[in-house]
Amino acid sequence: MAYSNKVIDHYENPRNVGSLPKEDPNVGTGLVGAPECGDVMKLQVKVNPSTGVIDDAKFKTFGCGSAIASSSLATEWLKGKTVEQALAIKNTDIVTELSLPPVKIHCSVLAEDAIKAAIADYKKKQGTSAEKGADTHDQPTA
Amino acid sequence: MSVKLPIYLDYHATTPVDPRVVEAMLPYFTKQFGNAASRNHPFGWEAEEAVENARKQVADLIGANAKEIVFTSGATESDNLAVKGAAEMYREKGNHIITCVTEHKAVIDTCKRLEKEGFRVTYLPVRKDGRISLDDLKAAISDKTILITIMTANNEIGVIQPIAEIGAIAKEKGILFHTDAVQAVGKVPFNVNDLKVDMASISAHKMYGPKGVGALYVRRRNPRVLLAPLIDGGGHERGMRSGTLNVPGIVGFGKAAELCKQEMEFDSKRLSGLRDRLNARLHKGLDEIYINGSMEHRLPHNLNISFAYVEGESLLMGINDVAVSSGSACTSASLEPSYVLKALGAGDDLAHSSIRFGLGRWTTEEEVDYVADKLTTVVTRLREMSPLYELAKEGVDLSTMQWQTEGH
Repeated sequence: MAYSNKVIDHYENPRNVGSLPKEDPNVGTGLVGAPECGDVMKLQVKVNPSTGVIDDAKFKTFGCGSAIASSSLATEWLKGKTVEQALAIKNTDIVTELSLPPVKIHCSVLAEDAIKAAIADYKKKQGTSAEKGADTHDQPTA
Repeated sequence: MSVKLPIYLDYHATTPVDPRVVEAMLPYFTKQFGNAASRNHPFGWEAEEAVENARKQVADLIGANAKEIVFTSGATESDNLAVKGAAEMYREKGNHIITCVTEHKAVIDTCKRLEKEGFRVTYLPVRKDGRISLDDLKAAISDKTILITIMTANNEIGVIQPIAEIGAIAKEKGILFHTDAVQAVGKVPFNVNDLKVDMASISAHKMYGPKGVGALYVRRRNPRVLLAPLIDGGGHERGMRSGTLNVPGIVGFGKAAELCKQEMEFDSKRLSGLRDRLNARLHKGLDEIYINGSMEHRLPHNLNISFAYVEGESLLMGINDVAVSSGSACTSASLEPSYVLKALGAGDDLAHSSIRFGLGRWTTEEEVDYVADKLTTVVTRLREMSPLYELAKEGVDLSTMQWQTEGH
């Protein structure tokens, strides 16, 4: 299997591997996938509550090289974005950036799911999940 | 001493041709190029003599008579010929076939095709150690059973089935017994009479011979096995396999068989030593690694290990100067994890985390040490970025967790 140079780079030098404190009210955690499917991603964002900007993002991934690269790239992109901008990241952006082949598209879908799950968790903690956000962005899943 | 990279540890997939085999083959491409079926000139006679010599060499390796060897294009064809050929020939006697869930696809898919044609197939389960239960086998036999086909050694986990016991049961019941012996022949003792095997599939390229040539052993006496051919034509190979014989390939196959017979004891001792060294070194460097299948009933050159919390394809990426295989879905054409490992009941997650090591005639101690150390480093690194490892270290029971699998 041939990997793009960007996938190899993210695999060999993953950005932002690690964990943020789950209990922190400003941290949102997304855990998606399943071990029996061969990929599990944990993606966390730390949001500055006054600006709504993602200050920090971390990931841990059990999965193939493309899954690791997709989540590593996602954390890179998340930093500095507002929560709303983060929700606009689409799996197809990841596919394009990493030149993922068709059989690896599900890795990018999982990364998008992980972003959404992390932000949903943050919003839930903030008690704002019913407010703005969900109405202004409609998100295709794949 | 530095090792030469990349390292090949995938000898179950294929083997390099032994230089002594190549040397034996060469004249049959250019000088003695005759058609073994040409009966009226020396070119044909020479070719026929070479084929008959090879037939004897292959037969000697498995304790058979040369007349019982049918040359084919490889073991997939041999499996097809044995199973379809027997099914068609003995259809009036019964329509039931017994096989096993961990068989090679060449047997499983052949059985599935026969099911579409009205045959009934029992796929015996395997226990956690990868072996079938003889009680299950006995219970599956009916008066309609015409064929039992169980592999000698598995191509993924190297587990050796109780072939002699299965042979005895088949003989007692008067049922034909075929075994896909591709991974075992030439590596461990295999004698068709001791094991009471009626048909056995063999492949040259798994035993340091060339690709594109194999054989089916077909018993001629007690009982005399008859097979309907898959390929019709000039009536070569006692009518069971028409088509001009691949003379250089067959010569190479014969030489490879002769060498295996001579060197089996030495090779298997050396390789089981290296395999155990690899296993010990991995266990020394890593916790939570699990061997798939029985260690007791196993090919000497096989090791199949699941590295918990790490996905197999990402593991292979980290050891890209080592050629091994993984049971991970991501490395298979079907995008499903290994059905063999799933059949052991260890859980799909461990199938995704597995690596198959196949050692061979040219594997060295330095190579084994290099691979073990490199894997230890890579597994440790990948576990540090594995959410599953983190959860397990926190004491979470992963098997009882609710996973979000929707939309994926």
